[in-house]
Amino acid sequence: MLSFLFRRLLQTIPTVLAVVLLVFVLFSVVPGSIVTSMSDDADPQVELRLKKQLGLDQPVYVRFGAYIAKLVTGDFGTSFRTREPVTAMIAKRAWPTLQLIFAAMAFSVAIGVPLGFIAALRPGGIVDTLAMVVAVSGLSIAKFWLGLVLMYLFALKLGWLPSFGYGDGGLKYLLLPAVTLGVSPMALFARTTRAAVLEIMTADFVRTARSKGMSETRVVKWHVMRNALVIILTTVGLQFGGLMGQAVVVEKLFSWPGIGSLLVDSVLQRDIPAVQGSILVVVLAFLAINLLIDVLYGVIDPRIRYA
Amino acid sequence: MVLRIVAIVAGLALALAGTVEAQTPRKGGTIRMTAPYGSSFTSLDIHTTQRAQDEIYAKALHRSLYIWNSAEGKPVLELAKEDVVSGGGLVHTFKLRDDAYFHNGRKMTADDIIWSYNRIMDGTKAYPGARFVRVIEGAAAVEKGQAKEISGLKKIDDFTLEMKLTEKVEPGFYFFTALTSIYPADEGAKDSFIQKPIGLGPFKFVEHVPGSRIVLERWDRFYKPGKPYADKIVVSIMGEAAARDVAFRNKEIDTSVLGPAQYVAYQSDAALKGTIVEVAEVFTRYMGMNPSFKPFADKRVRQAINYAIDTDLIINKLVKGKAYRATSWLPLTSPAYDKAMKPYPYDPAKAKQLLTEAGYPQGFEFEWTTSQNESWGLPIVSAVIPMLDKVGIKAKVKQVETAVLAEVVRTGDYQAFVYSQASGPDPQAALKCFHSSTPQPACNYMNFKNADFDKIVDEAGQADDPAKRIELLQKANALLYEEAPVWFFNYNKAVMAVQPWLKGVQLNATELTHQNVEDLWVDETSPAK
Repeated sequence: MLSFLFRRLLQTIPTVLAVVLLVFVLFSVVPGSIVTSMSDDADPQVELRLKKQLGLDQPVYVRFGAYIAKLVTGDFGTSFRTREPVTAMIAKRAWPTLQLIFAAMAFSVAIGVPLGFIAALRPGGIVDTLAMVVAVSGLSIAKFWLGLVLMYLFALKLGWLPSFGYGDGGLKYLLLPAVTLGVSPMALFARTTRAAVLEIMTADFVRTARSKGMSETRVVKWHVMRNALVIILTTVGLQFGGLMGQAVVVEKLFSWPGIGSLLVDSVLQRDIPAVQGSILVVVLAFLAINLLIDVLYGVIDPRIRYA
Repeated sequence: MVLRIVAIVAGLALALAGTVEAQTPRKGGTIRMTAPYGSSFTSLDIHTTQRAQDEIYAKALHRSLYIWNSAEGKPVLELAKEDVVSGGGLVHTFKLRDDAYFHNGRKMTADDIIWSYNRIMDGTKAYPGARFVRVIEGAAAVEKGQAKEISGLKKIDDFTLEMKLTEKVEPGFYFFTALTSIYPADEGAKDSFIQKPIGLGPFKFVEHVPGSRIVLERWDRFYKPGKPYADKIVVSIMGEAAARDVAFRNKEIDTSVLGPAQYVAYQSDAALKGTIVEVAEVFTRYMGMNPSFKPFADKRVRQAINYAIDTDLIINKLVKGKAYRATSWLPLTSPAYDKAMKPYPYDPAKAKQLLTEAGYPQGFEFEWTTSQNESWGLPIVSAVIPMLDKVGIKAKVKQVETAVLAEVVRTGDYQAFVYSQASGPDPQAALKCFHSSTPQPACNYMNFKNADFDKIVDEAGQADDPAKRIELLQKANALLYEEAPVWFFNYNKAVMAVQPWLKGVQLNATELTHQNVEDLWVDETSPAK
C-alpha cells in the first residue's frame, strides 16, 4: 500500500507541473496587465519599474523557472494586488470552501444514494418515477437560478434562513449555499446508484446467492450494496472536482468567502500569483481526493489489491 | 428635458435634506451597507486600489485632507480648519486639525500627511493616487526616483502644512478621495497594517472576511462631536444584483444599488418605490473614435455618428431611463454644466449628408471594441448597429472583458470603443483629458488634439475669477461638442434603494455608494441591533 501511495504521489508531479505551466502560458498571452488594473494613469517609467520589480519584464520561461523554484519550498509567491503571501490569502479562503463542498457532498450523498437505491429496488414504480424526475430536474437546473429560488423561498417567504453571507460560519448560513451546490451531484448520485444497483441485481453472483436461499435483505446488504459502492465512490470522487469549479457561482451568489471568489477576482485583476496559487490548490485537492478514493476502493472491495 | 432632470435631482436632494433636518439622529444601531461591484475588496490598503468597491469601506475607516460635500456638490476641508492661499494661487498653507486621532490613539500631525503623500508617490508601486499627488511640486521627482521627499510639502509645525502646487487648481478636487487617505506614519509602513488598517475615520477596523464582509465599529475619539451615530457598520460584498434584491426585500441589508431592470421593478412596486434615491453621477458614457482610423479623422463623420443614433430611444427602452442624455462631455452635476446646450438630434438624413460631404456616400466599416457591460457595453452596441447600418456604416463587434478594454483604450489599439469615464467632479481636470499635452494613456483616450481647445483650457487654468473660469470651461465643453471626438451617449444616473430606517443618505454625484458614514443613522425600526 505504501509503495502504491508513493507511486501515486510521484505521478501527481507532472500533472501539477502541466497545470502550472498552462496557467503561466495563458496569462502571458492574454491581453491586459496588472499595472493597468492597478492604475489607469501610471507614469510609463513607474509602469516599467513595477514590471521589473514584479519580474514581469523577464521572459516567460525565466519567470516559470523562478516560480517553480519557489514552489518546491512551499512558497506560492506574493499577490501583486494585496502584497500578501498567496498562501495566507488561500488559507483564509480554504476553510469556507471546504465547508461548502463537504456540506454539499454530504447533502448529495445522503439524499441521492438512498433515492437511487430505493428507485432501483422497485423499478418502474412510483418512487422510481419520482426519483428520476427529481434526478433529471436536479441535473438540468442552473445553480444561479436554483440559489435565487431557495433564497426567495427559505429567506424571503418563510424567513427560516439568512439569504446570504458567512455569518459565523454556522449551519444556518451554510444550508442554502450547500443545497444549491449539492442538488446537481445529488441527482447524479441518484441516477448512478439506480443504474449500478439494477445492473448488479442481474449479475450471476446475485442470482447464485438467491438460489442458495440467501434472504433478499442479505443479498442487497452483502452483495448489491458493496459492489454498487465502488461505482458510487468513483462518481463521488469525480464530483468533488466538479464541485470545486461550480462553487465559484455559489460563493458569488451567497457572498461566501471561498477560494472561488478569490480566483474570479484574481483573474479579473490579473493577479497572476493569486490565480496560480488558487488553481494549484484546487488541483492538489482534486488529486488528493482521487487518491483517497483509490485507497477506499481497497477497503470496500477486497478484490482490489495494490501492487 | 434637461431642466426637468435638474429640478428632479435638486428636489430629491432637498427632500432628503429636509427629512434629515426634521428628525433627531438616534445613537446606536448597525448600518448594513453593500459593496456591489465585485466579489471581494481588492485590499485593505486603500492606497493600492482605485476600485469604487473599496472606497465604500474606506470612507468609514479613513480620512483625507478634503471630503466630498454632496449637498454643496464640491470638496470641503476635512483634516484642516483653514487653507490660506498665497504665491499667486500656487501655495496653500493648511491649518490642520489638532483633534484628529488615529485608531491607535495617536494624534495626527503634518508629518503623517507628508509621509502618506510620499508613500503614494513611491515610483516602484504605481499607487493610483499618484495622479492626484503629482500636482504638488516635486512629487513627480519622487515618482521618478530623482528625489526622496516631495519638495513642495513643508511642515511649518505639527499642525501647519505648506503645500506648493505646480498648477493653479483647487486642491480639494485632488485630495478628497480615499486614494489619498492619511495613514499613521509609524504604523503605515508595517506589514501588519494590511491585515489591520488604522485610519482617522469615524469607524475602526474589527474584522474582514475576504469575499464576504467588513465589520467596523464606532471610533469614540472621532473629531466631529456627537458623530458617528451608529455603533457598527457592516459592509457586505454582494456583486449579484438578484441576490441583493432578495436580501433588500428581506430587510437583511440597508442599501442596494439598482441596475436598469431593478430600477423599473422598484419603481412599479408600491412597497419599494419610496426607497429609491438617484443622482446624476459624474461619469460620461460614450463611444470613442480613433482619429488615426481614416474616416474618424473627419469631424463630419464623427458628427454623423452622433446624428445617426437615436440616443433617447436607447436610453428610454434599453437603459430603462436609468441615465441622462449627454449633451457634451461635462455631466449635469458638474459646476460647469451648461444648461443651454442641446444634444445632437436623431437625424439620419443629416448623418447621410455629412457622410457624403466627407467622401463616404456609401458609408464605411469599422471595428467596435466593447465589454459586456449591460449599461454601456454589448447590449448598447447591438442596438446601435442597425441605426448606423441605416446610414451605411457597418460595425463589426469585438467583445473583450472590461480589464482588457481598459488596456485597449489606454494603448489606442482600437478603431472605436464604448466606455464609461469619469467626467468630474473637477470640470477643469475632466476637460484637461482632451488637452493635446495629456498623453493618451493618461486619459486622452481619443488622442484629441485641438489648438483652440488647448488655448481655452489653459486660459481657464490661469483664471483667478471662478465665474470667468466656469465661462471658459463651458466654452471648451461646447467646442468639444462641435468636434465630437465621441458619440455623446449618457451621464450615469446612479440609483440606490435605501431602507426607510436608514437616514442621512447623501446624493453623492461622484459615486452614490460612497457615503460620509458619520452622517448616517438608523432609527428604532431597523431590524439590526
